[in-house]
Amino acid sequence: MNAIDISNLDVWFGSGADRADAVRDVSFKVADGESFGLVGESGSGKSTILRAIAGLVPTWSGEMTVAGETLGVRRSKAFYRKVQMVFQDPYASLHPRQSVDRVLSETMGLHGVTDIDKRIGRLLDDVGLGPGFRFRYPHQLSGGQRQRVAIARGLACEPSILLLDEPTSALDVSVQGEILNLLTDLRQEHKLTYVMVSHDLGVVGHLCERIGVMKEGRFVEVLAVDEMRRLEAREPYTRHLLESSINSIR
Amino acid sequence: MTADTGMRAWLLTEEPTSRRHARLAAWYKGWLTLRSNTLAMLGLIVLAFLILVAIFAPLLATHDPFAQDLGQRLLAPGEGGHLFGTDNLGRDIYSRLLYGARISLYIVLLVVMVAPVVGLIVGTVAGYAGGWIDIVLMRVTDIFLAFPRLILALAFVAALGAGIENAVLAISLTAWPPYARIARAETLTIRHADYIHAIRLQGAGPLRVVTRHIWPLCISSLVIRVTLDMAGIILTAAALGFLGLGAQPPSPEWGAMISDGRQYILDSWWVATIPGIAIFTISLAFNLLGDGLRDVLDPKDDNS
Repeated sequence: MNAIDISNLDVWFGSGADRADAVRDVSFKVADGESFGLVGESGSGKSTILRAIAGLVPTWSGEMTVAGETLGVRRSKAFYRKVQMVFQDPYASLHPRQSVDRVLSETMGLHGVTDIDKRIGRLLDDVGLGPGFRFRYPHQLSGGQRQRVAIARGLACEPSILLLDEPTSALDVSVQGEILNLLTDLRQEHKLTYVMVSHDLGVVGHLCERIGVMKEGRFVEVLAVDEMRRLEAREPYTRHLLESSINSIR
Repeated sequence: MTADTGMRAWLLTEEPTSRRHARLAAWYKGWLTLRSNTLAMLGLIVLAFLILVAIFAPLLATHDPFAQDLGQRLLAPGEGGHLFGTDNLGRDIYSRLLYGARISLYIVLLVVMVAPVVGLIVGTVAGYAGGWIDIVLMRVTDIFLAFPRLILALAFVAALGAGIENAVLAISLTAWPPYARIARAETLTIRHADYIHAIRLQGAGPLRVVTRHIWPLCISSLVIRVTLDMAGIILTAAALGFLGLGAQPPSPEWGAMISDGRQYILDSWWVATIPGIAIFTISLAFNLLGDGLRDVLDPKDDNS
């Protein structure tokens, strides 16, 4: 069964003369337990797809079926128990006045979890934070620790699908590796489906089995990570992207 | 001594062990920030002093604030056992000043309970909802802002009847639009933040988002604005009193005392000056405290 099935998705911002089409006619499927990467330059519409799935962008057309639910403009509460999102900037995704405990317990409360106290301890353990972090405020945490809290929040309701919007791009290189390994481990442990957006082909190659290459709101091509590693891209744009990322490593 | 340092270490820990502990630690750190600001502490001490004076006015007063003695009128400070002299009806200015502190603090408290709350609700709802709700609420705010504040307050008092409570209500009803503007501006910067998106993705409704997540971030700038507005509030109350629509004689309201002394200002300077100094002191104290509170309440420049 497919966790995510999207066909002919268009997303736009504004209306009339100001209308900007961010995503045009995008279709893709993500199987249960698969990890799918979306790559492209900034402004190519990859984050917009995630936001449309999550329900943060109301102006879209096409068909989206996520976790067996056909999506309309509004999302049901059940939807948010199955689909969660981790944002790019951990400095902006945690409320500056709320402690880790408050963030996680409110999240669990909204999802109707009962044994909140015990669950928070286990959740912090899962994301590699000890119990000492439970009552800290965001300004007492480093970027990597904040992102771990954000991931814990995403996992609080035990979703089956996690949408990752460049989860490592705002972090130091050494911390990036830690977070990627954490995401790999969590996926195995909780049998999660990932859709991950990144402009870093190395990050996507590490975590995903298939990647969709985007340019100006459209899919250029979808290829398996093995193909990417062997540099077997069919489209010139993908080849250009691969070459420039290899050059940047050298 | 060891108990004291143990308590201090407990409050300053980086790893609190319970919700209560974390909250107390955050308060203690805020208190330390406030304490390191000498001017803000000065403001706080002056205000605390004024509150004590207002509470213990009957014990501290040397005379009945309403007792007239025309034989003793317009005595200079220090004469005849009157610390700050007497006014045109022979009433002791020192005692009237003490009882007046009660009225000033009463006015301030009532305004604070109405104006910022109304402004906060209107501003955050307009900012978060957007669309036509925003347009309607903000145009209403514009209409209130377009009236000169005192004229509008006069109209309200004329409709509601003279007296301190109605004056306060009138001031509150004219004072909320700037708070609504501030709250809306703050909301507009906050509402597209990722942490608001994140809580919406947990299925939180607009009511929860506004009250639990947006209000706490707006309140700090409103509290600062309120403390800076206090002086204006007290002066507006005084102006209404002067026009006969606020505190009614013989009430020892400071603004009314100044307008009483206006006629004698050339030969009996103290009648208007002493309550003027009192208003100046309370206004300055509020301003200093407001400035210090900004440092404590603003989480953005935390340099720890």
